[in-house]
Amino acid sequence: MESSAQRGGKLRSWLDGRVGLTDLEKIAAKKQIPVHRHTLWYYLGGMTLFLFMVQVSTGILLLLYYRPSAEEAFESVQFLMGEVQFGWLIRSIHAWAANLMIFTLFVHLFSVMLLKAYRPPREVTWFSGVALMGLAMGFGFTGYLLPWNELAYFATKVGTEITGSVPVVGSFLGRLLRGGNDVTGATLTRFYGIHVAILPATATALLGLHLYLVQRHGMSVPPAVERAGGAGRHMPFMPNFLLRDLVGWLSALAVLAALAAFFPAELGKKADPFLPAPTGIKPEWYFMFMFQTLKYLPAHILGIEGEVFGIVAFGLGGLFLLLIPVLDRRTVRGEPSRLFTWIGVAIIVYMLLFTFLGYTASATK
Amino acid sequence: MAEHAMEPDASRRGFVNWFLGLSGVAFLVSALYPLTRYLVPPPVAESTAGTVTLPIKPDDVKPNSGQIFKFGSRPAILVRTPAGDLRAFSAICTHLNCTVQYRSDLTQIWCACHNGHYDLNGKNVEGPPPRPLDSFVVNVRSNQIVVSKSA
Repeated sequence: MESSAQRGGKLRSWLDGRVGLTDLEKIAAKKQIPVHRHTLWYYLGGMTLFLFMVQVSTGILLLLYYRPSAEEAFESVQFLMGEVQFGWLIRSIHAWAANLMIFTLFVHLFSVMLLKAYRPPREVTWFSGVALMGLAMGFGFTGYLLPWNELAYFATKVGTEITGSVPVVGSFLGRLLRGGNDVTGATLTRFYGIHVAILPATATALLGLHLYLVQRHGMSVPPAVERAGGAGRHMPFMPNFLLRDLVGWLSALAVLAALAAFFPAELGKKADPFLPAPTGIKPEWYFMFMFQTLKYLPAHILGIEGEVFGIVAFGLGGLFLLLIPVLDRRTVRGEPSRLFTWIGVAIIVYMLLFTFLGYTASATK
Repeated sequence: MAEHAMEPDASRRGFVNWFLGLSGVAFLVSALYPLTRYLVPPPVAESTAGTVTLPIKPDDVKPNSGQIFKFGSRPAILVRTPAGDLRAFSAICTHLNCTVQYRSDLTQIWCACHNGHYDLNGKNVEGPPPRPLDSFVVNVRSNQIVVSKSA
């Protein structure tokens, strides 16, 4: 108590007595980051967190002008882009940071997966991380509709229809999501509520759990490094790792600013339910591998509709991803687990290949 | 000593806990039921219009072309085949609900979302659509196109 009071003066000691700054400092000073050849991957989670904070701040700013109804949404975004000073910048940053966040989240997830950081006792950290990925995709899906333009309208029709073809509960879920039988203004209002309230609240709670667990268990040292004798040295989190983290955040911010300035977010044409779906319609890139797979599926597989087959397959894939810490028995026992490394590589290759096809295969053939 | 004294109370405690638990469940149900009902949107009366007179003149629809029109609250497509027949179908792709369009280069009805193809009878001929498009009856009466649901 005394030493901290001396260092910070009266205000500090007043706060310390009430908030416990010294205890926090002790925790922070104790935190050590293992240094080895895979340390680089430790920065991706922090970068995703930074981009999430950018999303929260720019999202709040967008709320000041956005109007969530079919009659006004498109016009309010048009006004924001055209009339409001730096409105284009805020929206472009929000759109680009969303993409970058999903990207860093994917890289974070797959690096954690390949480095087997999900092994005991970090299973719940993995579960919460996979759930956060689901929420991030939900953010992307609901946010995409909000400008109420043509692309968003049809992407949402397809996306909610996919939910609707889930066996048994599908039609109920589809109606629940759309706020009716079709994609209408009711869907927009609902997506708005989900995007700005339900998802942020859920994500914040899950993120709190995720960060608490990361804090509790410390950084995972990859099994390969452990078998080779463990991390050679450690660096203190404060300030060594934090400052390196900041470099990562600033780099992300620089990339974000450049993308937003040189490739501002587009708005397109206002949604019209009585126009055909535009040629070359595409979802966001992180849904592309699923979208492209659905295109290749024939009308019927094993007697069930192709789309239902695809959706059930992706659902099971997601469940598999979530349950990896439980399924990978060899890693649990501390043995090398080649199979799960190859599964991870296969998933990445599959996603890359189908995303590539989605952007290159002819849309009209 | 105190534990021994607790012995006869254990069943009473169990009962109270059970009762408390039940009240908790009852509370949750009474809170969640209205909440779930609230989240489910009320049904909106479907447009029951079985017949629509189009704001398009028959002569304005060229052979080998098609256009979207409103059939109640849903889009439908009017097609004039290269042979000159007028046909109408629901414009909602049976795959994932996108709105289809007419492709004069293929003389087919086509969905841009997942590359689904239908022939001029509305039959799904290529790509992912699992079923044909719903077809409507087209009548031309005194220079007006009237589309109705098939009986």
